Amino acid sequence: MKAVVVNSVAKTFKAEKAVVTALHDVSFEAAQGELFGLIGPDGAGKTTLFRILTTLMIADKGTASVDGFDVVKDFKEIRKRVGYMPGRFSLYQDLTVSENLAFFATLFNTSIEENYDLVKGIYSQIERFKDRKAGALSGGMKQKLALSCALIHRPSVLFLDEPTTGVDAVSRKEFWELLRDLQKQNITIVVSTPYMDEASLCDRVALIQEGRILDIDSPTGITKKFGKTLWAFKADDMYKLMMDLEAMPEVRSCFPFGSEHHVLFNDPNQSTDAIVKKLNYVNLSVQKIEPSIEDCFMDLMRSK
Amino acid sequence: MKQFIYFIRKEFYHLWRDPRTMFILFGMPLMQILIFGFALTNEVKNTRIAILDNAKDDASRAIIHELEASRYFDVQEDVRSNADLEPAFRTGKIKMAVVFPDRFQDELLHANKAPIQLIGDATDPNVANTLTYYASAIILDYQENLKGREQIPYTINTEMRMLYNPQMKGSYNFVPGVMAMVLMLVCAMMTSISIVREKELGTMEVILVSPIIPIRVVIAKMVPYFLLSTVNIASILLLSVFVLDVPIQGNLVLLVAECLLFTVTVLALGLLISSAADSQQTAMLISLMGLFLPTVMLSGFMFPVENMPIPLQVISNIVPAKWFYYIVKNVMIKGLGFTYVWKETLILVGMTAFFMTVSIKKFKTRLE
Amino acid sequence: MSEEKVISVKDLTKQFGSFTAVDHITFDVYKGEIFGFLGANGAGKTTAMRMLCGLSFPTSGRATVAGLDLFKEAEVIKRRIGYMSQKFSLYEDLAVKENIRFYGGIYGLTDRQIKTKMEYLLHQLKLEDKANTLVRSLPLGWKQKLSFSVAMLHEPQIVFLDEPTGGVDPITRREFWNLIYQAAAGGTTVFVTTHYMDEAEYCNRVSIMVDGRVDALGSPDELKRQFHAEDMGQVFLQLARKAVRSAD
Repeated sequence: MKAVVVNSVAKTFKAEKAVVTALHDVSFEAAQGELFGLIGPDGAGKTTLFRILTTLMIADKGTASVDGFDVVKDFKEIRKRVGYMPGRFSLYQDLTVSENLAFFATLFNTSIEENYDLVKGIYSQIERFKDRKAGALSGGMKQKLALSCALIHRPSVLFLDEPTTGVDAVSRKEFWELLRDLQKQNITIVVSTPYMDEASLCDRVALIQEGRILDIDSPTGITKKFGKTLWAFKADDMYKLMMDLEAMPEVRSCFPFGSEHHVLFNDPNQSTDAIVKKLNYVNLSVQKIEPSIEDCFMDLMRSK
Repeated sequence: MKQFIYFIRKEFYHLWRDPRTMFILFGMPLMQILIFGFALTNEVKNTRIAILDNAKDDASRAIIHELEASRYFDVQEDVRSNADLEPAFRTGKIKMAVVFPDRFQDELLHANKAPIQLIGDATDPNVANTLTYYASAIILDYQENLKGREQIPYTINTEMRMLYNPQMKGSYNFVPGVMAMVLMLVCAMMTSISIVREKELGTMEVILVSPIIPIRVVIAKMVPYFLLSTVNIASILLLSVFVLDVPIQGNLVLLVAECLLFTVTVLALGLLISSAADSQQTAMLISLMGLFLPTVMLSGFMFPVENMPIPLQVISNIVPAKWFYYIVKNVMIKGLGFTYVWKETLILVGMTAFFMTVSIKKFKTRLE
Repeated sequence: MSEEKVISVKDLTKQFGSFTAVDHITFDVYKGEIFGFLGANGAGKTTAMRMLCGLSFPTSGRATVAGLDLFKEAEVIKRRIGYMSQKFSLYEDLAVKENIRFYGGIYGLTDRQIKTKMEYLLHQLKLEDKANTLVRSLPLGWKQKLSFSVAMLHEPQIVFLDEPTGGVDPITRREFWNLIYQAAAGGTTVFVTTHYMDEAEYCNRVSIMVDGRVDALGSPDELKRQFHAEDMGQVFLQLARKAVRSAD
């Protein structure tokens, strides 16, 4: 049985003279024990999708189920077995760390001791602050507390809505390491994130943009599907290089990627020697590279 | 200078585009002027009084005629004897009684002095004062007319007797009113703010995605305010009795029970507000404008309801504080028992049930 | 990138009671440079930037911004700089045109200047048919680009950008950086903070703050060499891991 099934879900909002379609026709599945990533920028529809899956909203069209339970008809069952960490920090700022954890444990008719083994790895990192008010914690610590609270009742599926947004790079890395550890407990984890580089840490991902799914596959599967030859160009004056490349008719797209430009040519068999000659730069390096998730995302965006 | 003007222009845009602000800026002042200007008045008109004419002579009939003709008074014909007076006051049927002794005219003509007794219901000392003042003025008028024709120093002594609140203490009136206000503030406003805060913070989302039955969440939120209110009620009553010298004439248990009932009514109201408000600010605004202000204006503790235009009197019926004020006044100050306030109690119970039902129905188990 | 210094900071410090948010930082920024100002949350980045914008008073140290003394001429500085942050820059309940007109007026532009700029802006950002739309209805990427353009309305010498590309899709992110490049090429100095490590590479020079101090300063290439790292992300991680404050 699939842990999460989404079938042609659509959702529209009417807000102050504007009609916003958050989700057009979204379908995907996540297997049990999978670390599934929902990758897309703000406004892609990630939060709306999560709210539908955690039974907080009802879709206009389509069906969805979690652990085999329908999100509309059996919402009470889902609410017993799902862990949810919404976008904002949803803890009680004026309660201490241990009070927050105790509250969420009792909310699910369990106790901290019962499932402590599950959260130990995370909680031990913030345990020395257990008497500190949650509002006084740093971003990274709040995250870990929120995760502990979402896990304390041993959910079968964990929904994490942008848990790493607004948090520094070190904490982000640590957080994903925690998620990988959790997977070993056979908990299905569905995470959303706007950071493309985090996609490679998932088992499978769905790329989502403006309410539509661009692709669903494992990270390597997506990059394999890219199908085009990608080149990395590097020179001393990167801005000038970009202007020159963009002006060339042979170039399909040229995007800056850190210290290099990722270039796609219109002709798949384009010879780079010809380009290099045309550019006539002093120090120019050209290399064939494998596409990253971000390259794939951008290419998919443009073709839709 | 240009900077300044541009800033002003921007502020106007913000104003026009926020309907709520527009309402507060234009709607509210209009409403308040109308209400305060036309409706709320300390003036008394058509107040029900009784006249006990033990003399039945020309003089008494003349005065009675003036009293009946006055727009201030509405004479109740069916209160005829001394025995009728007490219950009439108790049930609030009359607010004042004018009693003529049996040989009124005789005494006036032969001794040049006669008394008229004015008995007032001083649970609302301001009203009592006004009524007796008007009555005295009419009597004095007659006295002067009498004198005028014959140049004899006729004196009609008006003897005042104030029931329930002989010292005419304003606090008798205020204690029930303040209690209503305090409970309204603490229970309705704070409860609604507390629930809405949960929504605003986002913790409500997380709580909903759990096995807890949502109504339990709500009741859990009400309990602290309920307990707090009992403390408040206790302290107000203690202060009234020991510091303000307002005695509790009636049954203490009944009084406390009614207060607790009102607390629940107001808590349910707070719950209702929270389901309509999406931000703490809105909840506070609705509580203040929609509850607190009407409570102050229409419950009868500052301005007598009987003297308001009919539409406002009708509206005042849906203000829970009006019924509560009536009950507390009668139990605490007049010392009446349950038989006198059962109707009003029932109304409060009905209101509570209504608010609770509607809020529970409207309580969103989902985010939208 | 010229040799003229537009920002010069020496031992700049900010203390909140006993807590030192910014600890004696020293650096210079040159005209036309794209200067990346990085640091983990809590490292003091935001505090430092607020001081440079004249929004917060330093506890000690010296600084000149756009040739003006930070302590004595803070008000004049504000006229020569532009500011944009991710969280807010435009009024959501005003239309695109109204925002432009408002900020133009605030910055002291004449009516004609505003008109010219408005036409240019709307054309460049392809917002002509959305001129009367409320900003609230614009997609996030367009909002960000508009915010930036509005911050540049009065042609400031330096523009401060506080995480301008947060949450935006990858294509819009790059379009945004195009705007930054154009601004720099036109002589405007760009002082930008970001969480995206690839964006750090687009800068001429980068500084990284840790625990209130500037622990690294140089061009991306220099820093990568110095820290034996393949990309700026690794440089950052090495430094951030050492931090005492962000581990709290």
